[in-house]
Amino acid sequence: MKAGIIAKPIAAVILAAALIALVLLALGASPFGVMGALWQGAFGTWLAFTETLVKAMPLVFCGLAVAIAFQGALWNIGADGQLIAGATLAGALGPALTHWPHLLAIPAMLAAGVAGGATWGGVAGWLRARRDVNEIISTIMLNFVAAQILSAAVHGPLMEPSRAYPKSAPIAPGAELHLYFAPSRLNLAMALAVALAAGCYLFLFRTRAGFELRALGRNRRASAFFGIPIARLTTRTLALSGALAGLGGAVQVSAITHRLYETLSPGWGYEAIAVALVARLNPLAIVATAIFFGALDNGAQAMQRAEGVSPVLVQVIQGMVIMILLAFDTSAWSGMRTVFAGAPTVPAANTPAAASDA
Amino acid sequence: MLEAFLTSTIAMATPILLAALGETIVEYSGVINIGIEGSMLCGAFFGLAAAYFSGSLALGMIAAVAAAIALNALLALLVVNLAVSQVVAGTALDILALGLTGVFYRRLFGITGKAFTVAPIRPIALGPLAHIPVVGPALFDQNVIVYAAFALVPCIAGVLSRSRYGLELRAAGERPEAADALGLNVYRIRWQALLIAGALTGLAGGYLTMAYADTFVEGISAGRGFVALAVVIVGRWNAYGVAAASVLFGSAMALQFALQASGTAIPYQLFLALPYALTLAVLAIFGGQANAPSALGEPYVRR
Repeated sequence: MKAGIIAKPIAAVILAAALIALVLLALGASPFGVMGALWQGAFGTWLAFTETLVKAMPLVFCGLAVAIAFQGALWNIGADGQLIAGATLAGALGPALTHWPHLLAIPAMLAAGVAGGATWGGVAGWLRARRDVNEIISTIMLNFVAAQILSAAVHGPLMEPSRAYPKSAPIAPGAELHLYFAPSRLNLAMALAVALAAGCYLFLFRTRAGFELRALGRNRRASAFFGIPIARLTTRTLALSGALAGLGGAVQVSAITHRLYETLSPGWGYEAIAVALVARLNPLAIVATAIFFGALDNGAQAMQRAEGVSPVLVQVIQGMVIMILLAFDTSAWSGMRTVFAGAPTVPAANTPAAASDA
Repeated sequence: MLEAFLTSTIAMATPILLAALGETIVEYSGVINIGIEGSMLCGAFFGLAAAYFSGSLALGMIAAVAAAIALNALLALLVVNLAVSQVVAGTALDILALGLTGVFYRRLFGITGKAFTVAPIRPIALGPLAHIPVVGPALFDQNVIVYAAFALVPCIAGVLSRSRYGLELRAAGERPEAADALGLNVYRIRWQALLIAGALTGLAGGYLTMAYADTFVEGISAGRGFVALAVVIVGRWNAYGVAAASVLFGSAMALQFALQASGTAIPYQLFLALPYALTLAVLAIFGGQANAPSALGEPYVRR
């Protein structure tokens, strides 16, 4: 059982790799060439490795956001929009922080990110708690709205003074997170991400609030029966989830891009679902799975140069890994029989009702 | 101006309506299909690709339907037989579809820069009806898929509320255990529903590339599948309600073109956000899930 926790994701990745090889053959590319280029691009040099960590960073933040929400069975598909909301607010604030010292400017940036993300997540939470609006749909819709607001902002009010390109003015030097490992873009925010992962772990598994959240995830009705304030917990959890993603957005602006671009997120919020699921919604494991998916993203660039296969292949891998992992995890393999047998043949009256916990 | 707006409204409503009708059937059976966006996208790409290489729009539409059915079959295997989380499996399907269509699109058309386009399905004017002022072109000068989509509304409404099949669907979605006890095969009912929905979603995707846009761009479905999910809620799981909601969202999408063309100072991105913001607003007002099938989203495992 314990071994399965690690073995299953690894087996899922290997099976996904085999399926990917088939897709590559269909495309007329060499699977081994592609895998080699992926590996070289992700871990081949020190610089490549640090860039893998840089690519992993937003995935840690969004992965934590997804894990916190999913632990409560709140299906936050909106980490992307929440990250963009946080980044937009931080990117709007950044240029105004001239002459601010680091010690004030950076916390201000991060606070802006938290505020933006928490608002975006909180709206979905409030809609779910008070208006009974399915959070899956509301968070997806909020993704589209956030992306368009960011686009409108960098074409309009936040556009750089020269108005040459759709990007915002650079943030003040004080608001920039230092790069101590130049020329690599690795920075201290990775430490923040790891610390947050530890914090989320402690919150989920060592606090009463975390217990209530997980109870909510297991059984909403029973949680209500035991006096857990469902509505408040729903709003608060999605706001917290959004805050984590928004913080990731602010970090991205503060440490990496130093300004806002229309295409800030390549879909980290969606990728984070794979990150969180492969990690079994365990915050500590998310650091590792984020690095794995960050390596894929980073290696994909090299793969395109070497083999001419588009980096969107990574999405095929993500989708397959999630599906295979789901299939490996299910306790309902008996359901397969009915595919082939036409009508179900399992005797219905054999199992006591108490055993029904799947 | 108004005539063009109405015509555009119906044209924009059609893919949403087709997908939402399929989703209504699926949700009746107790499954929520978040992968609908991915099915639509695959239908759009593989349909156009088939039409492009074969030169036949009919083959293209068949390929679009087949691609979406294949994706829904994969989903059915996961959520019906293996009883995995419907939300997560559906999301995985969306990501997979985005990747698959992107990889094949760039491989086939990205490098050569060849125009990936076909002569679109042509509108058929229904005689003098098409010349009725204001509403004529919108209602009676559209292509065959538009007519089919709206003709399906009363058919599906009738089947869902009056036929034995509708009753079985409802049983599987409301009380799967009870349905099973009555000798119904819940697995088979949910499989069938997903395959039917796949066909409708494939039509929606094929419509996007072969009737509406005449070409493919990555992510061309642009959230229409997700909007269809919202449309089912707003339409209260009723085919007529779904049709009305589809037209409402179609008008929001058409409005964005009308407003862009009018040259206002408001940034066009805010118009692009309009259908999604409208979805949120409408759900906030009518959002309650009280009419939803009781077992919606819950995996059923036969004991």
